[in-house]
Order: sequence, then C-alpha cells, then structure tokens
Amino acid sequence: MKSNNSLFPKAQVLTACRQSFVKLDPRSMFRNPVMFTVEIGTLVMLFVCLWIMLGERGQGGLGYNFVVFLVLLLTLLFANFAEAIAEARGKAQADSLRKTREETPARLENGQLVSSAQLRKGNIFVCEAGDTIPTDGEIIEGLATIDESAITGESAPVIREAGGDKSSVTGGTKVLSDKIKVIVTTEPGESFLDKMIALVEGASRQKTPNEIALTILLAGFTLVFIIVTITLKPFADYAGAPITIAAFISLFVCLIPTTIGGLLSAIGIAGMDRALKANVITKSGKAVETAGDIDVLLLDKTGTITIGNRKATNFYPSNGVETQDFIRAVALSSIADDTPEGKSIVELAGVDPLSFNVENPRFIKFTAETRSSGIDFGTTRIRKGASDAMRNLSQAAGNVFPEETAKMVNQISSNGGTPLVVAENEKVIGVVELQDIIKPGISERFERLRKMGIKTVMVTGDNPLTAKFIAEKAGVDDFIAEAKPEDKMQYIIKEQQEGRLVAMMGDGTNDAPALAQADVGVAMNSGTQAAKEAGNMVDLDNDPTKLIEIVEIGKQLLMTRGTLTTFSIANDVAKYFAIIPALFIVAIPSLQGLNIMQLHSPESAILSAVIFNALIIPLLIPLALRGVAYKPIGASALLRRNLFIYGLGGVIVPFFGIKLIDLIVASFL
Amino acid sequence: MNTEILGIIVMFAATLLLALPLGSYMAKVYGNERTFLDFLFNPIERLLFKVSGIDARQEQTWQQQMAALLTINLVWFVLGMAVLMNQGWLPLNPDANPSMSGHLAFNTAISFIVNCNLQHYSGESGLSYLGQLFLMFLQFVSAATGMAAAVTVFYALRTGTYQTLGNFYNFFLKSATRILFPICLIVAAILMFNGTPMTFEGKDTVVSLQGDTVQVSRGPVAAFVAIKHLGTNGGGFFGANSAHPFENPSYWTNMVEMISQMLIPFAMIFAFGIFLKRRKLAWTIFSVMTIGFLLLTIPTIVAEMKGSPAMDQLGVSQPGGNMEGKELRFGAASTAYWSIATTVISTGSVNGMHDSFTPVAGINQLLAMMTNCFYGGCGVGILNYFIFIILAVFVSGLMVGRTPEFLGKKIEAKEMKIAMIIALLHPFLILAGTALAVSFPGYTAGTLNNPTFHGFSEMLYEYTSSAANNGSGYEGLGDNTPWWNISTGFILILSRYLPIIGPVAIAGILAGKKYIPESAGTLKTDTGTFGIMVFAVIAIVAALAFFPALALGPIAELFTK
Repeated sequence: MKSNNSLFPKAQVLTACRQSFVKLDPRSMFRNPVMFTVEIGTLVMLFVCLWIMLGERGQGGLGYNFVVFLVLLLTLLFANFAEAIAEARGKAQADSLRKTREETPARLENGQLVSSAQLRKGNIFVCEAGDTIPTDGEIIEGLATIDESAITGESAPVIREAGGDKSSVTGGTKVLSDKIKVIVTTEPGESFLDKMIALVEGASRQKTPNEIALTILLAGFTLVFIIVTITLKPFADYAGAPITIAAFISLFVCLIPTTIGGLLSAIGIAGMDRALKANVITKSGKAVETAGDIDVLLLDKTGTITIGNRKATNFYPSNGVETQDFIRAVALSSIADDTPEGKSIVELAGVDPLSFNVENPRFIKFTAETRSSGIDFGTTRIRKGASDAMRNLSQAAGNVFPEETAKMVNQISSNGGTPLVVAENEKVIGVVELQDIIKPGISERFERLRKMGIKTVMVTGDNPLTAKFIAEKAGVDDFIAEAKPEDKMQYIIKEQQEGRLVAMMGDGTNDAPALAQADVGVAMNSGTQAAKEAGNMVDLDNDPTKLIEIVEIGKQLLMTRGTLTTFSIANDVAKYFAIIPALFIVAIPSLQGLNIMQLHSPESAILSAVIFNALIIPLLIPLALRGVAYKPIGASALLRRNLFIYGLGGVIVPFFGIKLIDLIVASFL
Repeated sequence: MNTEILGIIVMFAATLLLALPLGSYMAKVYGNERTFLDFLFNPIERLLFKVSGIDARQEQTWQQQMAALLTINLVWFVLGMAVLMNQGWLPLNPDANPSMSGHLAFNTAISFIVNCNLQHYSGESGLSYLGQLFLMFLQFVSAATGMAAAVTVFYALRTGTYQTLGNFYNFFLKSATRILFPICLIVAAILMFNGTPMTFEGKDTVVSLQGDTVQVSRGPVAAFVAIKHLGTNGGGFFGANSAHPFENPSYWTNMVEMISQMLIPFAMIFAFGIFLKRRKLAWTIFSVMTIGFLLLTIPTIVAEMKGSPAMDQLGVSQPGGNMEGKELRFGAASTAYWSIATTVISTGSVNGMHDSFTPVAGINQLLAMMTNCFYGGCGVGILNYFIFIILAVFVSGLMVGRTPEFLGKKIEAKEMKIAMIIALLHPFLILAGTALAVSFPGYTAGTLNNPTFHGFSEMLYEYTSSAANNGSGYEGLGDNTPWWNISTGFILILSRYLPIIGPVAIAGILAGKKYIPESAGTLKTDTGTFGIMVFAVIAIVAALAFFPALALGPIAELFTK
C-alpha cells in the first residue's frame, strides 16, 4: 500500500478542521474530562464578555476578556483538531485499502454474475485468470497464482490452493493463472478491514484499560486544580486582592493537564494508524497497547528465522543400499508430498517419480502423530520422516537402526540440517539431508529484542539437535523442537502462568487455539479463516517478522502517552510563576519578587500563559501522530533519557515560551 | 556556630546508626522470626491474646485488617471521651483539674488516637494524671496502629500472589510490645536521670530567691515524653511541650528526644527493605526522603541563624540568630533542625515557638507537612510515600514503553483511582478548611494573634498541621474554640484513616494480582532516576498545589520589607 509521507495532506487537514468544530458538542466532549472543563471555562468567559458589554466594570476590559475567550476556544479547537487529524489519517489509510474492494462482479458456480455486495457468507464463486477476487474467502477447490500487490504492495505473485494453510484469498487481489472455487467467509461490512475502519472512525472506539487509568490520573489532577482555584477566591478576598474571573479561568486552564488531555485520543488512534501503515489490521486498540508489554515472542522458524523452506541437499544411503535404489524410494515416497521439502527432494532426485511403474499406490499423509509420510504399493511400504519416528518404526518391526545412518543423522543435525530418514518395509535405508538458510540480519533484530527485555522463542518441527544449532546461530533465547501444535499452546500457557505476556504469529487452523491463547496473536492474511478469527491482529503482508514491528508500535504508543503526560505536568511550574504574581501584584506589590520571568504586566502575563498553553497542543500534534521514537537501551536508560527531554524540558521550555509570547503581547498592549 | 552545626550532624548520624539495626530487628519481628526478646514477650503476648480471645495466627484479608483497625480505634475514642469528660472526679487528680468540655474532649481524644496531638489545652491545667496516663496509652496504640498498617503493605508487596496478608492484631501488638515499649523504657530512663520528673504527686510548692511562693506542675512526665517522641505523637505533658524545662531539661535530652522521634520512621524504611529483600529500593526511598528533608532543613537553619529581618531593620544585633520564641539551652540552629524534623515526621512536638520563626522557616515547616512523606509519621510516612510511588510508577512506566507495574504487579485503573483520591485529599482538606476559616471571620478573626499575612499563615498552619496529623501549631492562634476544635477534629479523622486505608487497599489489590517477573524492559524502581521521578511528583503534586496559598501567607511575608 502506498502511503503519503506528509503528516498533513490538504484534504485531511480540511476534514479535520471541520471536525474540530463538530467535536465541540458537549456530548462528545464529555468523554474527555480535562477538555470538558476547559469547554465550561470557555463558556464562562463568553458570558463574562457579554456581561461586560452589558456594563460590568469590575472584570477588566472587553478586549482583554474577549482575547482570553478566543484563546480558550482555540485550545479546544486545537485539541479537537489533533483527534480529528488522527482519525482522518486512519480513515485515509483504510479508504485506500477499501478502494481495492469496490464493486466487483462475482461469478457464481452456476455461471450467474452478481455484484460483490450481494455475496453472503457461504456463497461459492469462481475466479479465473484475470479476474479480481470480489471478496474475502477460502479456496475449496483448485490452485492459483495471485497478485496481492493491491493489498500488500508486494509485487511477486503468491500461490494459494485448496486445503492446508494457504487457502485464504482476499477481496481486491487478482488471479493471475488457473481457476479456483472460493467460499465466501464474511458477511458484507463485517470483514476485518470494515471493523478496523469503524474502530478508527470512533464509532466503536473504546478506551483501552491504560487509557482509562491515565484519564483517571488526569481527571485527578484536574480536580486538584479545581480545589486550588476555588479556594483561592476566599484567600484572595481575605488578603484584599480581588481576582477577575478571567484570571481564575486562565489559572485553572493553564494548570490542568490540557496538553496531554488534548492529545490523548489522538495518540491512541495514531497507534492504530501506525499499525495499519505497517499493513497490520488490529481488532482493538487494546491489542496494540498489549503489544508494548510483550515479554515472550514465539516465532516460527520457517520464514521468520530462516529463508523460506528447507531444501534437500544430499542423499546418504545406508551401507549395502544402492544409491539408485535409495533415490527411487525417496522419490516415490514424495509423489504425494506437496510440502516444499517433498518437492525439493524430487527436484534433487532428478527423476520423475511418475515414471516408475507402481501398482495400486496408496499415499500416506503426514500426521503430527506419526511424523512421517510415504507410499504403499504392492507389498512395498516406503516411509520417510523424523529420525526418532523412523527409529521407533523400524525397531517395532525388529530391525536395527544402521549405525552409520545414526551417525549421519547426528552429523546433519549438528550442522543445522534436518535429517529425513527413509525406511522401506520398516527397514531404514538411508537419510536425506535438508538444510536451512538463516535470514541475514535476523540475529541483530533478536539482539534488539533482548535489549527490550523480550525473550524470543523459536518454534520448529526439527529435532532438538538441529533446533539448537539454528537457535544458537540465529541468536534466539529458547526453542521448542519437534513442536506439535499443543506444544506451542503448552509453552504459551506455561509462560502466562509465570506472569509473562506472549505474542505469536500463525497461519494454520492448527495455530488457532494458540493464537487465541496468546496475549497478542497475529494471524497472516494468507492463513485460514479460523486462524484469522482467533488472533487479535491480521498481517496483510504475511510477513513473519512483523511481530517485532508490532511490539515497537505498542511501546511507542505507551511512551508517547507517558512523555506527553510528563511534559504537560512539568509545564505547570512555569505557569505558576507566570500567573500567581499576576494575580496578586496589584494588591500586594511585594509579590513582584515572584515574577522571576519579569513579565510585562499582570494582563500580559495571564495572556501569555494561556496562549502558550494553547499553542503547545498543535506544536506537539506531529509528535503525537508519529510517536516518540523507541530506543532499545534498557528501561533505566530510557527513563533517564525521556525524563531529561520531556521532564526537564517540560520545566524549562515554558519559561522561555511564555517570556517570548509576553514580549510580543506586551507590544500590543 | 560550628558546634551548633556539628550537634545537628551528630544527631542525624546517630539516628541513622541506630535505625539500621532497629530496622533489621523490626523486619524479624514482623516476619515472625526468632529474636533475642522472645523469651520475655512470647508468654506476655500469648497471655494477652488468650485474654482477648484473638487468634493471632489467623490470616486476614486487607479488608478484615482495616475493619479491625477501625474497630479498635473507635473503642479507644469512646473510652477517651469518657475519661476526658469525667477526669475531674475520677482518681489520680491531685491538682483538682476540671473535666474537659465536650468539644475539647472530642478534639483531644480524636487527636491522640490519630497520632496528631493537636492539643487545644495545656496539660498543667487541662488534664488530671489519669487523663495524662490514658493519653499516654493512646500514644502507644496510635503509633502501633500506623506501624501495623505499614506492615500490612509490606506483606502485600511480597513476591507472589496473596489474598491474605497476615494478622492485624499480631502486627499491632508486636509493634507495641516488642518495639515501642522496650525503647520507651530506655528513653524514659535517660530523661529521668537528666531531671525529667516521674511522679504521681501533685504540684510542688517552691519558694523562689525573691521569696515568692510558686506552684510548679509535675507528674509522670518522663514516661509520657518518651512515647510522645518515639511514636511520633508530639503531644506534650505541659503546654509548652518540649520547650518546657521539665520535658526537655538540657541539650543532651534534646538530642535524645530528637533521635527518638526520627528513629522509627527511619527504621521502618530499612525494615521494608530487609523484609522484602529489596534493600536497594529502601535506600533509594531513604535517599529521596533525605534530599527532601535537607532541602527544607538547610534554608531553615540558615535563615534562623541569620536572625529575623524585622529585628535587623530595627537595628538590633542578633549574634545567636533569631532567638524569639526559642530556648537558650538549644540555640537557633538546633531548634530550626527540630522544627523541620517535627513537621516532616508528623510528631508536632516543639522546642520553640513556630509562630516566631522567620518567613523562610514558616514556608518550610508548612511544606514539610504539605508534602507529608519525607520520612513521615510512625508507619504512615511510608504509606504516604507509597501513594507517590504509585503515581510516579504510572507515568514513568509509560515512559519506558510498558503499561505500568510496581514490584511485578500491574497498576491499573482501580489503583489509580484510589491513589488519586488520597493524593487529592490532603490539599483538599487543607485548602477547603482554610477557605472556610477565612470565609467565616465571625468565628475565626477573633482567635488570630496577628492580622494580615501572618494571620492567614496561622490558619493555614492549623489546618495543614491537622491534615498532616502533625499537631504542632502557630501558637498565636487561640484554638480552643468550638470552631477550631470541631473543624480540625473532622479533618483529623479524614486525614488519618483514608490515607491509611487507601495505600493498604492499593497494596491489597496488588497482592491479589499475578506476579510478573522482571525483564530488561521492566522499569527499575530502585534507581536514582526513578527516585528523581518520585521527588518530582511530590514537588509538583504536593508542593505546587499549595503555591497560591503560600503566596498569600509566608511568601508575602518574606517579600514584604
């Protein structure tokens, strides 16, 4: 998907501007307690202006009061704009995805043409080369090469076929060759993309648990300052220093955390936007947040840690077995094996297994329990599979596992290869070496994860020896070897019982329970419907390394919230020193000693503080949308860094900002 | 000059040196481990539990513990009211002092139960010896109450998941018998040997050098003064508190009293670290508290040693610093040190008159009670600090890119709600109380000793002292009126029990949560950086909220030349 790099494209800004006014509606404002109190303050200022027009003399000039009113209104509009622009960006991204699935004619099984909008769950349609797939579904018959570039941006076509874990097709993608029969899996308007759009647009957006807790904190601060401001009235009366309403409202608005209050929902939406930009559809905002907390990452070896699939690289027949015979047996056993490994064996054998004449062939499918596959014909039974499975098989039949083959198995394993032992009539006849290639740069990524405090676990069907070799070479912290689907599940449950949060990626129906169990389960878009339903995110790119990005997006989201909260609260120090002397200087001239910024006059001081308070919101919108950069330097160093920039910076910046604005304001007074 | 400063450093160092072994002893006591005093206290405690029908081994949830705490506190309140309102005709009243009025008894009973000891009376004329003894008993139980609540939090923060957190009565009784009682014996003995009276006889008649006959009040003072400091209570036997020569006869007893009031708050922090095996965290907490304490103490000492600006303007030389309202035997520096120690720690005993301190000292004494968590009172100091840790953890946890957690437990909406309410309560009670007082000058104006800014400070101080459960006062304020007795009485109740229940509730909820082991991505709470964060939260939340009020009181005094 193409993305616009500019933060503020014109069309989005226009929509956001319009939305800023729409969002002034108190009913929507009420969701944000901080800004809601600002809205009340703004209304009060409006009445004060009217009151002065009607002849009130004790509240200062109309111009001054009106400017305060305007600045407060701007503060509200800026905060609304932040939320609106984040929504507009999300919507724009979603729209460009949605465009791919506009009205497409669909051909039903009986040849009848209907619009894609009429397709219902359970309908079956047919697609041939050149057709655009009308909606999401699952292939029930056939195999096709498909161009998914419209969704993923990846130009290389992919193969999707019935059965297995690559049976899913996405609406808007294009069939390049062959013919497939597809069953519709979602009702119109209920696809993941539709759900995501609704989430971004706010209709179904719910506050995440952390957002709720933060809102409580901010509401608490607001309450503290309500108390401070209200009790100041009798104090000031006692001291004989009457305070105008404008000054009260300004003090209050400046002290409450409007900066984070105004940007909070924008930060949350921007997190989902960033996920969407990485081509990940999240089913809830909470999932993104949880991603930041992940302690353990379960990664499939194939495709994530190693490139593609293992390939057969060598045949090692046992002593007394002719190479020719071994190759024949191996090739035959792989006729029906459409796994990449199986295909690579036929490729290495260099013979067409169909050229062998066999009677009544019966293909034995691979199962997780037997961990072997093969072929039966006549009286011959050929099996290939994991060495321990084959050892059991041969020993059960009373045969000896040849010593040189056992040695070879160990040698292959310790070199990181996968030995595939072949047996004919329960007698071991040799071993095939399969090799993995580790992705370049992957160990650096694991190092980065380790610094984040995340444990990486490699999941593989390989035997422990092979798994250990690859695990060490790639730099993962742990591995699950000879993994059956329930092993994955057990590992997740074990880690969760110890209190850790686990993320995993999966595509097969087998993975569905584990995806549901994991705290963050990312399903590949190419995966089965069951897998996609079970997880809480869907990766449109089918990129197994995406998990790492998702974790960083989650961390960024939380960090942005934390740093802007710190900044917002730290700003209060300077604002106190601007406003408190301004409130009392007229009645108690000695308090001039507190006016350490040497602001021009009480009125300019108050105006400068509220103007600074308003302007800081739009200035921080880019940061809220992009997120604070995450650096894996350890929690303590990260805290030091952020505390220095946003805490100390938050104390210092407003002193300069308010002074600067005061210089400008003073020239108008 | 230099010996004055040296005296202060020695006092601080001695407190620290004594607090370290005491902390590890306390950790053992609370962990129900064997100690060298078992042979003595095991039978006593068994007997007491048997008589009261309490099973001290029965595990309680945090709710049950708080219910127990409130129940026994209510019983003492009722008993206290009864004793104080009837002491006139009850035994042990050799000086024939009268019974208290209802509103004064209400204020006094509350104020001793909640460890505040506001004392709107003078002991010499206001109490019989029975009244004094009952108040002494309350000083033991109120200190033990705070300590027991802190221990509940210790239990809640252990590694793992817990529904029950030990037994409140067990913590409570052990605090009194094994910690407060033996140390009090030592302190009282030292005081007695240095001239503090310990007798049940009535006033003594003394003929002065001029030939006048003077009636001198006395009583069981040594025992009273020992627990008044050790339990951070601060309620004096005499009206002049520790400025009275019988309560505090010499610089040496002044040191002993100073050390004993800071001892348990210090030791509680070390006990926390040893009990939870998180010594580094304890030291971080202690360091932050000490920095806060020094930031308040040093300017106060400097200002007091420099002398009063008002006297300077009159051309009066002040070689000993600002000595108005201070005792010559203690000097300006050590009285200044005491004034901050007694306000940060919520003792509220005084050895000089806070009303007469310089404006800088006034600001710092007020700030010490407004923050109310640098060391803090017996047990409750660490509870107050715990609230600020929760707030700091929440913000800084986010800053490292994780949802916030403390000691392996996630901080969520419910805990934030409680923490925020407790953080809000303190400024609310102080500011709202003062606002009411200034709004009803009919009740309050006549009680002020000074008009304008200092009068405002007197009222602000009274409510701050109540809300911090401190008990010291700007004695210029005539505070024995129904207005002050009743309004501060209610503030005392709210500001004692909610800030105990809040932190215990948070800890109790956290205890029941799943424990998350630490990783490289976890926020470390025992580092200097996090310490700075907590300090910043305290400074911004607790101190800055009072800036406008302070500006109209002591700050205005400071800048008015």
